[in-house]
Amino acid sequence: MKNRKLLLENVHIPGIETFDVYRKNGGYRSVEKALNTMTPDEVVEEVKKSGLRGRGGAGFPTGMKWSFLAKPEGVPRYLVCNADESEPGTFKDRYLMEKIPHLLIEGMITSSYALGANTSYIYIRGEFMYILHILEKAIAEAYDKGFLGKNILGKGYDLDLFVVPGGGAYICGEETALLESLEGKRGNPRIKPPFPAVKGLWGCPTVVNNVESLAAVVPIVNDGGDSYAAIGIGRSTGTKLISACGNLVKPGVYEIEMGLSVEEFIYGDDYCKGIANNKKLKACVPGGSSVPILPHYLVTKTASGEDRLMSYESLADGGFVSGSMLGSGGFIVFDEDQCIVRNTWNFTRFYAHESCGQCSPCREGTGWMEKVLHRLENGHGNIRDIDLLAEINKKIEGNTICPLGDAAAWPVAAAIRHFRDEFEWHVTNKDEAITRNYGLSKEPLIA
Amino acid sequence: MKVTIDDITIEVEAGTTILNAARKIGGEVVPPAMCFYSKLPGTGGKCRTCLVEVAAGSTADPRPMPKLVASCSTPVMDGMIVKNKTSERVHEGRSAVVEFLLINHPLDCPVCDQAGECNLQDLGYEHGSVKTRYEEERRTFDPIDIGDKIKLHMNRCILCYRCVEVANQLTEKRVHGVLHRGEHAEISTFIEQAVDNDFSGNMIDVCPVGALTDRTFRFKSRVWFLKPMEAECECKKCAGKVVLWMFGQEIYRVTGRKDQYGEIETIDDKTAWICNECRFDKKDLAKWKVTGPRVIDRHSVISQGKYETSITPSIKKIN
Repeated sequence: MKNRKLLLENVHIPGIETFDVYRKNGGYRSVEKALNTMTPDEVVEEVKKSGLRGRGGAGFPTGMKWSFLAKPEGVPRYLVCNADESEPGTFKDRYLMEKIPHLLIEGMITSSYALGANTSYIYIRGEFMYILHILEKAIAEAYDKGFLGKNILGKGYDLDLFVVPGGGAYICGEETALLESLEGKRGNPRIKPPFPAVKGLWGCPTVVNNVESLAAVVPIVNDGGDSYAAIGIGRSTGTKLISACGNLVKPGVYEIEMGLSVEEFIYGDDYCKGIANNKKLKACVPGGSSVPILPHYLVTKTASGEDRLMSYESLADGGFVSGSMLGSGGFIVFDEDQCIVRNTWNFTRFYAHESCGQCSPCREGTGWMEKVLHRLENGHGNIRDIDLLAEINKKIEGNTICPLGDAAAWPVAAAIRHFRDEFEWHVTNKDEAITRNYGLSKEPLIA
Repeated sequence: MKVTIDDITIEVEAGTTILNAARKIGGEVVPPAMCFYSKLPGTGGKCRTCLVEVAAGSTADPRPMPKLVASCSTPVMDGMIVKNKTSERVHEGRSAVVEFLLINHPLDCPVCDQAGECNLQDLGYEHGSVKTRYEEERRTFDPIDIGDKIKLHMNRCILCYRCVEVANQLTEKRVHGVLHRGEHAEISTFIEQAVDNDFSGNMIDVCPVGALTDRTFRFKSRVWFLKPMEAECECKKCAGKVVLWMFGQEIYRVTGRKDQYGEIETIDDKTAWICNECRFDKKDLAKWKVTGPRVIDRHSVISQGKYETSITPSIKKIN
């Protein structure tokens, strides 16, 4: 079966980043369709029908999020695009914005129309300055051609679109921290409730969506929500961008239909073509650094022996005991030569560095875990440190203001759960652990 | 709205937070709060010591909330059932927070001016463990002077952001905030500038630990040797209603009047913040009209055995 592409279909066309080429290839049709033939509520209805789920990581249904937006009289509403993509292992939004910027802009115009927003923002990670220039150029073109600004397509709808760079903090990808940062303040997550749908940017109702979610609105409006929902499997509809990296023959950004098997994705010729250098698969983090790691025997099959598929449900099969999450689609693959302890330390170091420092469990806990893991990795560990780590992450999880605490705790918990023998080996064979790797973990005997 | 906290039901107004509802009941059901300060809008939600379990969301939707919630920032719903003291999970969550707060705390109570009236000391006493599991080196900062009257010991700080809100809300020019992030976050002034305005001293009163101390009082006396007296004076800038901490006829320090939750009292519908002149400069008894002894409700060390009226709360603690 040929893999259908909705977002990246035209990405190979030379000059697609310019308005004229993009328009010639069917660009901005969704704006015309929405403004000419649909009411805002009809657009929301199509998105609901499509079953599109937030592509930023949490997988919350986008249509439902839109319908929560408060609509008080006389108060402006805002749409904010979360382009602060900074999760280790995830680079799909960057690719999309860099290659086909008009797709995001088109999605934002259509979505802003649906939500009744007259001012919208793209909050982009500060390190993506070159993409900011690409986007600004594309926005200027759209203004020029009458797709942005006053009275779009003569339908009396006004929209201004701005790109705002962040200062380079991972935490600003959390929606309320993003709004704080957008308002020019220190990017600390807000205490919820109130949620952004009620009180967001400058105290007004706001919707914050991921780049890929907003881009997906374009094919949904063009072809109808039902035809989008026909792609995929179960409650995971449509296509998903996966950024594959690690020890793969062909890493990169792939657009897949939901429901593709993980085995096909890793080993298939159309996709990653297997593990590099003829090594064996050791582990896989299927959804960006915050999701639980899976050992090799749980990557392609679930604990109950079924095929593992690329979908929200299948990857989460088995909960946190033997499953993981689709997350943001940062697919990281480890071969047999990689050290799980070192990798866990590396992830934790990232979270310790990126914790905003506002609430105590995350501020102190991530730093503590980082120090303990550093010790374990460098041969100064103690066998009780492993239990201590498990305890610390249990104490962080669920007790923090925003999900960064959970995101820091889950990878550590999963690494200890599945690779405990490797952690113990690091303690018992300190000298050896510095010079060589543990290799594949042992598969538990399933009775 | 009816809310039930630890099996006690109370009627409160819509929009009240769980913590304020518990404070209405009073006593043991009140969760501790290190960062929430009812007189400073915008505080709360950060320290996570006031976590409670919501066993039933509301009458309309009686499902329990999956996570523990911060009681200071979660509004009550009609028919909500909250567990504080009666919940094992809350107890665990709170000891976890205390452990986290203490791993980088210097535990220099013997030389800390806040000892005896420190919220972290109380919390550690109630929820802390006997031994630390933290083997690493503690994060350290050098103490700095912010202004000529205030000392900042960043090592002791728990980053409750209360002083930041004081700086934002009570004072005119903001020169003070949080730098860096994560473990390295610190309270500081912009390039070590002095905090120079008439109400900056209130930062000392709102600090739940010994991070901000009064330089006119540092190392002069332990607080429990002092006699707290209520006093007032005519002041152009503030209400002039204070507590004098005296030894014999000598005034050692002046603070605002704090209630049992460590918050400045409301007098004549206004929060009785005091100005720097009253706090730092009026150490002469002739400038004050002493109106009577001050009852300190919360900190047993200070209230112990001083006055008859203050004995009752300390007995509670022993039990």
